[in-house]
Amino acid sequence: MHTKEKTSSVIAKVVIAVIVAIYVLFPFALVVLNSCKAKNDITNNPIGFEGASFSQLLQNLNDVINNKSFLFWNAFGYSALITVLSLVLLALFGAMAAWVICRNKTKWSLAIYFTFIASMIIPFQVVMLPLISTFREAGNFIGIPMLMSVQGIVFAYLGFGGAMTVFILNGFIKGIPYDLEEAASIDGCSPEQTFFRVIFPLLTPVITTVTILNGMWIWNDYLLPSLMLGRSGDIKTLPIAVQAFVGSYVKQWNLILTGALLAILPMVILFLIAQKQIMKGMIEGAVKG
Amino acid sequence: MKEASSIKRIVSFICLIAGIGLFVWAMALDFSGADVKYRGWLFILGVIGIIAGLYLFPTLKYHRTIINIIFLFPLLFAFFITVILPMFLGLFYSFTDWNGIEYHNFVGVENYAKMFRQPSFVWSILITALFVVANMILVNLVAFLLALLCTSKLKGMGFFRAAYFLPNLIGGIVLGYIWQFIFANVVTMMTNSLFNVRHSMLANTNTAFAGIVIVYIWQYAGYIMLIYITGLNTVPGDVLEAAAIDGANPVQTLFEIKIPMIAPTITICTFLTLTSAFKQFDVNLSLTNGAGAVPSFMGEFITNGTEMLALNIYSTAITERSYSYAQSKAFLFFVILACVSIIQVRISNKKEVEL
Repeated sequence: MHTKEKTSSVIAKVVIAVIVAIYVLFPFALVVLNSCKAKNDITNNPIGFEGASFSQLLQNLNDVINNKSFLFWNAFGYSALITVLSLVLLALFGAMAAWVICRNKTKWSLAIYFTFIASMIIPFQVVMLPLISTFREAGNFIGIPMLMSVQGIVFAYLGFGGAMTVFILNGFIKGIPYDLEEAASIDGCSPEQTFFRVIFPLLTPVITTVTILNGMWIWNDYLLPSLMLGRSGDIKTLPIAVQAFVGSYVKQWNLILTGALLAILPMVILFLIAQKQIMKGMIEGAVKG
Repeated sequence: MKEASSIKRIVSFICLIAGIGLFVWAMALDFSGADVKYRGWLFILGVIGIIAGLYLFPTLKYHRTIINIIFLFPLLFAFFITVILPMFLGLFYSFTDWNGIEYHNFVGVENYAKMFRQPSFVWSILITALFVVANMILVNLVAFLLALLCTSKLKGMGFFRAAYFLPNLIGGIVLGYIWQFIFANVVTMMTNSLFNVRHSMLANTNTAFAGIVIVYIWQYAGYIMLIYITGLNTVPGDVLEAAAIDGANPVQTLFEIKIPMIAPTITICTFLTLTSAFKQFDVNLSLTNGAGAVPSFMGEFITNGTEMLALNIYSTAITERSYSYAQSKAFLFFVILACVSIIQVRISNKKEVEL
């Protein structure tokens, strides 16, 4: 009696899980399927297999990758460059700042820490318009362009990602025994040596977390690059390239969906490789944030 | 030892003097308006020189302080330029007739007064509120049920967990276009054969709004589910066993034990869904771009039926080029968001204590 009840509930659960999974994965399947079809086959029957072929996929890929308003490799390269640079600098400068804030219990460090935390609630919309004019002015002032440039947007990500990075790192550094640093300083380490040789290597797990959190956001971000790089500039990130591409090919679904496939592929591949770390990082970020 | 420190001292002073010199030179070029390409490099070299000089500065007593300042500087500087300065500038600009580049007059609170007389903006506030409430309830409900499903001890649940989370990896812009295709082609094909409805659900304001809600749940529920799973896993097994021995049925276990024990998780998840739904922009832009006719609202015909606040601010600035007006809308947006989040956290904390 008891076991019978269990089997029926197990079956019910599996059925529900499968149905939800089909619903969740259905859009991805549609993207892949329709990337293999010609335009007319898609409009005739978007969920059928008629006309789907590998050669058509290659044809679509060829049309999209070399398209003037998409330039996949260009956009992919800039997205990767901007994301990697921002992540490296955020991890390094974030750890440096968090360590100083955590190990100095002065009113200054407290004030800085609380300013960071309070700033996390500021929505991007509040700062985006003055940000553009500030960056334009700053670029004119120092003679290095801050708009329409990689260095400008990396600098902006450093500013916007800083608060959360410091917050999460600070929580972790608090848990590192201060004795370690004292021992290092007795052994003749200067403060900067203590940080780079003793503390920084210990931060690896938490730096993985912040890198995943920041990376997901920076890679997919649309609004900041669209304002700072412009939607028609030479430097485009993937989301901007997709948007520009869709805008110029209205209803050409075979090309649009192939473009979407290319845009989501890097993230999906990364997820398949580092699934555990990504999900863990996302949870930790949310629970601490 | 002594010699080394005197070399260090000399290097330090040279770096400091050279750094300050380069910096001043760059400034001079700036103010004299000379058009030289290398000005930026002078600035950067100057700053590097000053930092190197400070780092090598021959002092034991203040070395720690100098290191603290050098370590804090890069992030704080970026934070100040990108967040703090624009925020205060923005607050100031919202009281002027700023056009994105310069301002001529103070207009006082006119920008703020104007927005409440504009039907399309009031409409945006209302549908944003509706969107936030709908998503707080629906996303949390769906995510919690999925979490219960995924924490049951069945084989293969790891796969489902990863699958449900997958949509969260993809940016809202791309998602919006994929779903635009699904609504326009696939769903229309289905409604056509089932109910003989030929037009896309994105063409009607109400169903288009429902479409945004559907896409948002699809994208976000998997993420919230992960957090609920973490919360549910912290419920100790022996407590559940004790309840089972006492004869509690699954429904009782759920409402009397699991939900009260994961109250902090519920607080986190409602906070996350609230703030992220409130700031929703990408999907809104790529799925409907705010389009949607409303025949009569505050006595006017408006065409931004599905335009939520974040998108409304964006189009006020970028499409209509009313920068100071958009800036004041953004500040109202900020104030509403701050108030609502604070109220939500307060209420949740009270509830947590009661549970």
